[in-house]
Amino acid sequence: MSLLQTRALTKLFGAHRAVDAVDFTVRAGELLALIGSNGAGKTTLVNLISGLLPADSGTILFGDRDVTRHSVHERIEAGIARSFQLVNLFDQLSVADNVALTIFARQGKTAHLWSVADRDSAVADEAMQVLRQFGLASRARMVAAGLSQGERKLLDVAVAYALRPTLLFLDEPTSGVSTREKAPIMDVVTSVVRQEHITAVVIEHDMDIVFTYSDRIVAMHQGAILAEGTPDEIRRNEHVTTTLIGSALPG
Amino acid sequence: MSPVRRPGLLSRLELGSAVVAALGLLAVPLVAPPFQTITVCYGLVFAVAALGFNLLLGSTGLLSFGHSAFFGVGAYVAALLVKYLGWTSMEAFLLAGVVCAALVAAVFGAVCVRYTRIFFGILTLALSQVLWSLALKLFWVTGGTDGLRVPTPTLVAGALAPTSDKMDFLAYRYYYYVLAVFAVAVAVMWLVVHSPFGKALQAIRDNETRAEFVGIQVRRYRWVAFVVSGAFTGLAGTLWVPLNGLTTPDILYWPFSGRIVFFVVLGGFKTFWGPVVGALAYNYLETYAVGFTVYWQLVLGLVLVLLVLTMPQGLAGTVDALVRRLRRPALT
Repeated sequence: MSLLQTRALTKLFGAHRAVDAVDFTVRAGELLALIGSNGAGKTTLVNLISGLLPADSGTILFGDRDVTRHSVHERIEAGIARSFQLVNLFDQLSVADNVALTIFARQGKTAHLWSVADRDSAVADEAMQVLRQFGLASRARMVAAGLSQGERKLLDVAVAYALRPTLLFLDEPTSGVSTREKAPIMDVVTSVVRQEHITAVVIEHDMDIVFTYSDRIVAMHQGAILAEGTPDEIRRNEHVTTTLIGSALPG
Repeated sequence: MSPVRRPGLLSRLELGSAVVAALGLLAVPLVAPPFQTITVCYGLVFAVAALGFNLLLGSTGLLSFGHSAFFGVGAYVAALLVKYLGWTSMEAFLLAGVVCAALVAAVFGAVCVRYTRIFFGILTLALSQVLWSLALKLFWVTGGTDGLRVPTPTLVAGALAPTSDKMDFLAYRYYYYVLAVFAVAVAVMWLVVHSPFGKALQAIRDNETRAEFVGIQVRRYRWVAFVVSGAFTGLAGTLWVPLNGLTTPDILYWPFSGRIVFFVVLGGFKTFWGPVVGALAYNYLETYAVGFTVYWQLVLGLVLVLLVLTMPQGLAGTVDALVRRLRRPALT
């Protein structure tokens, strides 16, 4: 069953068709990898679905709701969350507060002026629980700016996860970290996503990661979908291998 | 069980300092001559304005150059109530001053929070100067450059009437009145800054895009912060006017906005107490610089340059950093 569907979704930057009449489907419960070379339109597609950019034409259906014209806020309420390729955190807040703030926002408590945030033990406990799931509990009191790059990537995902989304977009969760750190980050992220039955879309360049962790793969090229299928189907798809992966196909 | 110990509302050091400061402020009229007490009283009034201003700068990351508008509204509302309705109750002035400043801030804020950085600053400046020119031009209402006189009001619903010796009234009754309002204002602002709403403002300051993507409606929150900030500064304006006895367009003019910025830079905008320390310190600095030399603006300018070069965190920020450095070895 499809959880999200785009129909002829299009975004132009000047004359350049960054996303060109894309019909993109995410099925409920799957971990989908979105692949493609730089400039293929992956991040733009996610930006359109998450509401960071307005679509020029086409529609976005989430469940049976048309969310094409919805604000970011409304999309989050509907259950769509995302992390960012370049880490996007609240750097001067503590690690725990980065997550706690998200929980306050989700519960509508950020509109409260008359209570002390640090005294809300239910939120603090939930924030610690989330940090434990992401292996960041020992860093809770640190300022977010003080984390290592790998930890920052994890916290970025943890902040999006704390919104308890139905559909989570992860924009290159392992970019900018050493090769050695990539698999541990993906292990943590995928185990949380699978445990909590969250549908996830991961934008990723590293083909080892893509083939190891995803249920299904969508390949993009020049703003359009080139191919989609299981990891095995994509691996055997000559069109994809010649266009995107070249000879560096693993396994 | 959470492995992380939750911090108390105030650290022991903060609590100790607050108690000492409170006792010191309570004792001022008993130990200091009236002139000194009134100087501190001005400082407390400016501290309320600075606290309001810093909700925007320190918490939300917006630098306003137009807070003279709200201070001026607070002062002029009291003066107009005296002129047209003959009111004398300070509580009525405070209520009207806060409500009117909040209303003006709601309108100004609706325009200004669409922008950030320099564009925000310029818009606040421009809008505040509209009020200044109105105060200047509508002289049959506002008294123009002569301003409006405000006699000493009655306090606590008329229970404390003005005494014949105005200096005595201001240095005792009015001082304690201002101190009480100041204490309430500090408590309210402390709560706002430490509330989930205050955390959301800090998140907006740190990273606007991400704040939007955790579901915070950035523009709406900025607007609420702007209104609360304006209301606080308006409250300060109303408290100020009986001390001064007169309100003129000067307090709506942009240099007064600059003075509020100075309070907060002097004290340090990254700490909660910075604006309070800065306002009290500035007030003394100006009082003594004026008495010391006719080039007092030059002295203040030099202080500002030295401060930015040597103590960019301000007085409270520097003390805070020193305390942290001294305490760190004891913790590990």
